[in-house]
Amino acid sequence: MEDTLIKVEGLSKKFCRSLKKSMWYGMQDIGSEILGRRHGLDGVLRQDEFWAVKDINFEIKRGECLGLIGHNGAGKTTLLRMLNGLIRPDQGRIEMRGKVGALIALGAGFNPILTGRENIYINASVLGMNKQYVDKKIDEIIDFAEIRDFINAPVQTYSSGMKVRLGFAVAAILIEPDILFLDEVLAVGDINFVIKCLNTVRDLSKNASVVFVSHNMQQVSMFCNRALVLEKGCVLADCANPSEGIDRYFELIKHTQHTSGTGKAEILSLELSVNNQLIKNTEPALVQGIEASAIISLRMNDFNYQANILLIVRDESLIPIMVFPLSHQNGETRYFLPGDHTLEIPLGNIDLNSGSYSFVVAVIDRDSKIVHARAEGLCAFRVTANSHFWGKIVRPVVAIDS
Amino acid sequence: MNELRVTIYTPESMLSNPLKMLREMLRDLIDSRELAWRLMVRDLSAQYRQTLLGFLWAIILPLANTLVWIFLSRSGVVNLSDTPLPYPIYVFTGTMLWAILMDALNAPLQMVTASKDMLAKINFPRDALLLAGIYKTLVNSLIKIALLMIGLIALGIYPNWGILLFPIGLFSLILVGTVVGLALTPVGLLYTDVGKAIPLLMQFLMYLTPVVFAMPKEGLPAILFQLNPLTPLILTARDWLTGFTPEYLVYFISVNVISIILLFILWIIYRLAMPILIERMGS
Repeated sequence: MEDTLIKVEGLSKKFCRSLKKSMWYGMQDIGSEILGRRHGLDGVLRQDEFWAVKDINFEIKRGECLGLIGHNGAGKTTLLRMLNGLIRPDQGRIEMRGKVGALIALGAGFNPILTGRENIYINASVLGMNKQYVDKKIDEIIDFAEIRDFINAPVQTYSSGMKVRLGFAVAAILIEPDILFLDEVLAVGDINFVIKCLNTVRDLSKNASVVFVSHNMQQVSMFCNRALVLEKGCVLADCANPSEGIDRYFELIKHTQHTSGTGKAEILSLELSVNNQLIKNTEPALVQGIEASAIISLRMNDFNYQANILLIVRDESLIPIMVFPLSHQNGETRYFLPGDHTLEIPLGNIDLNSGSYSFVVAVIDRDSKIVHARAEGLCAFRVTANSHFWGKIVRPVVAIDS
Repeated sequence: MNELRVTIYTPESMLSNPLKMLREMLRDLIDSRELAWRLMVRDLSAQYRQTLLGFLWAIILPLANTLVWIFLSRSGVVNLSDTPLPYPIYVFTGTMLWAILMDALNAPLQMVTASKDMLAKINFPRDALLLAGIYKTLVNSLIKIALLMIGLIALGIYPNWGILLFPIGLFSLILVGTVVGLALTPVGLLYTDVGKAIPLLMQFLMYLTPVVFAMPKEGLPAILFQLNPLTPLILTARDWLTGFTPEYLVYFISVNVISIILLFILWIIYRLAMPILIERMGS
C-alpha cells in the first residue's frame, strides 16, 4: 500500500448513443447534481445508454507501467479521461496520490495567431506552471522541439510536425509527475523525433506510476510491466506479463476476408499444413519457429495465360511482413491451363513475432498487370511465443560463447 | 518522503461535503489567477493583432448605434421624450454602458465554448475561464471608458466628484452581466439555442432600459422600466459619469447585493455542471 499511487475500484461510466437524449440527460444530471444526489443514478441505464467502461479494478505502484490495450471504442480513452479528472465516474472510486501529469492532446489551447514563444507560456500555464519556472526551461523546450528559427513566428505558419513537436516539448519538459498518463503520444512526428520522445517518456516514467494507452504493441511490450486488455468497456484480461495481454489482444483481431478481381481466376482456399498434416481449425495457433506450408487452391476460368501468383503474409495492422515470390521451375512465369490447380508452397520456418497474421493471394496477369483474383484476410493464424519481441521477425535463439 | 497530494474521484455529489468544496473553490480560484491573466492576454492580443483598427473596434459599434439613434430622433422618425442630458450624450453614454454589460454577459458562454477542445482534454481549473472572461471585459471596458471620457469632455460635459464613484458603477455592470451570462452558460453549452437567443432578447431588453429612451413618466412602460433591474445600473453609472446625482441608489445597491449572492451560487453550479457538460461535449 505504501507506494501504490493509483487505486481504481469498480470504476464504471455510461455514455449515451443518441445526441438529443444525451443533451437532455445532461440537463437532468446537472439538476440532480445541484440537489446533491449521487452521480450516475446508482448504475441504472436510461434509454439509449450503455456502459462505456464497466467495473474496472487495478492498482499501480510507483515505477510500474500499466498498458491499456483494446480496440477503438473499448473504453481506453474514457478510462483515462476519468483518471485525469475530466469526467466523473458513474460508479466506483479512483484514488491517486501525487502530482498528476498527462501527455494527451498536445498543443491544445495553442492560438494560431500568436508566436511559438507566446504559446509556450500559455500552454504552460494551462498545465499549471508559473512564468518563473517556464523562464528557466524555455531554452530547453525550444531546443527539444527543434524550432529555434521559428519561435517568434505565429504558430499558424508551422507545419503540423512542428506543432506536435512544440506541444510535446512543452508538456514533457515541464511536468514532473508522480502519476503519468500517456495516450498515443508516440504515434506522431517523424522517426527521429519519436525516438527522442520515447527516451523522454522513459525518463519521466522511471519514478512514476504510468498508464500507457497505445495501439503499438511493440511500445506496449517495451514500456509496460503489466497489461489490461479492454473489450467493450470490460476487462478481458489483466495480465502480469504484457506479452500475455498482447496475445489476448491479437486473439480479438478479426482478419476479414475480402476478394476482388476480374473473375477470370478464383482463389478457392488457402490452408496451412504442418508436418504434412493439414490444419483444419479456424485461426490456428502456430508455435514460433515451426516449419509450415501453404496449400493454395486456384481455379482458372478463362483462356490460358501467364500469371504471377503473389503470396504475402500480413500482420494485424495489415502491414505486409513476408512475401513469397513464386515462379515456374525454370524461372519463367507460370502458365496455367483452365481448371483447378493446387499449389503447395513451403513457407519455411515461421519465425514471426507473436501476433496475428493472415495471407493475401493474388493472381495477376504477367503482361497487363490486371488482377484476375485477389483474396485478402485468408487463413488467419496466430503465432505464439513465450515473449513478445521488439521486431517483426524473430530469428532462432543464438547462443553466445563466453 | 514529503506528503503527496491525494486526489479522489467518486460519483458522490460534491455538495455532500460543503467544506471540502469551498476549500477547493478557493484553491482553484487562487490557482486560476495566472492562467486567467494569460488567457486574457492571449485572446486580446490575438484579437487586436488581426485588425487594422485595433481597439477602436471597442467603440465603433456603440458609436454607430449612437449615430443611428441621433439620426432617428433628429429626423423625427421616432418621437423621443426629453432626456435630462443633451440627447446625443445621453444615447452615447447609454449605448457604451450597455455594450459593457453585453460584453460581460456574453463572456462566460463565449470563453467556455471557445475552450471546448482544451476542456475536453486537459484538466485545469475551469474557474480560470470565467476569470479570464471578466478580465477581458474589464480591459475592453477601460478602453471604452477612456474613449467615452474624451468624447464627453469634447462635448462639454465635465464630470464632478461623482466620477470617483463611477468604478463602482462599472463593476456592477460587469457583475450583473457576468451573473446573467453564467446563469445561461450550463444550458447554453448543451443547447446552442441559448447562444442564438441572447442577442434577440437583449436587444428587446435594451428598449426596456433607459439606454436610448428616457425613463417614461407613466403607463405600463413606466412600470416595466422601474421594475427592470438593469435600469438602476445604467442610470446610476451614467449619473456618476456625467455629474448628476443618482436617483435609484437603493435599488442599485440591492441589485448588487443580490447579484453577489447569485454569483456565488452560480459559480458553484458551474463547477458542478462542468464535468457533466465536458462528458456531453465529447473529445
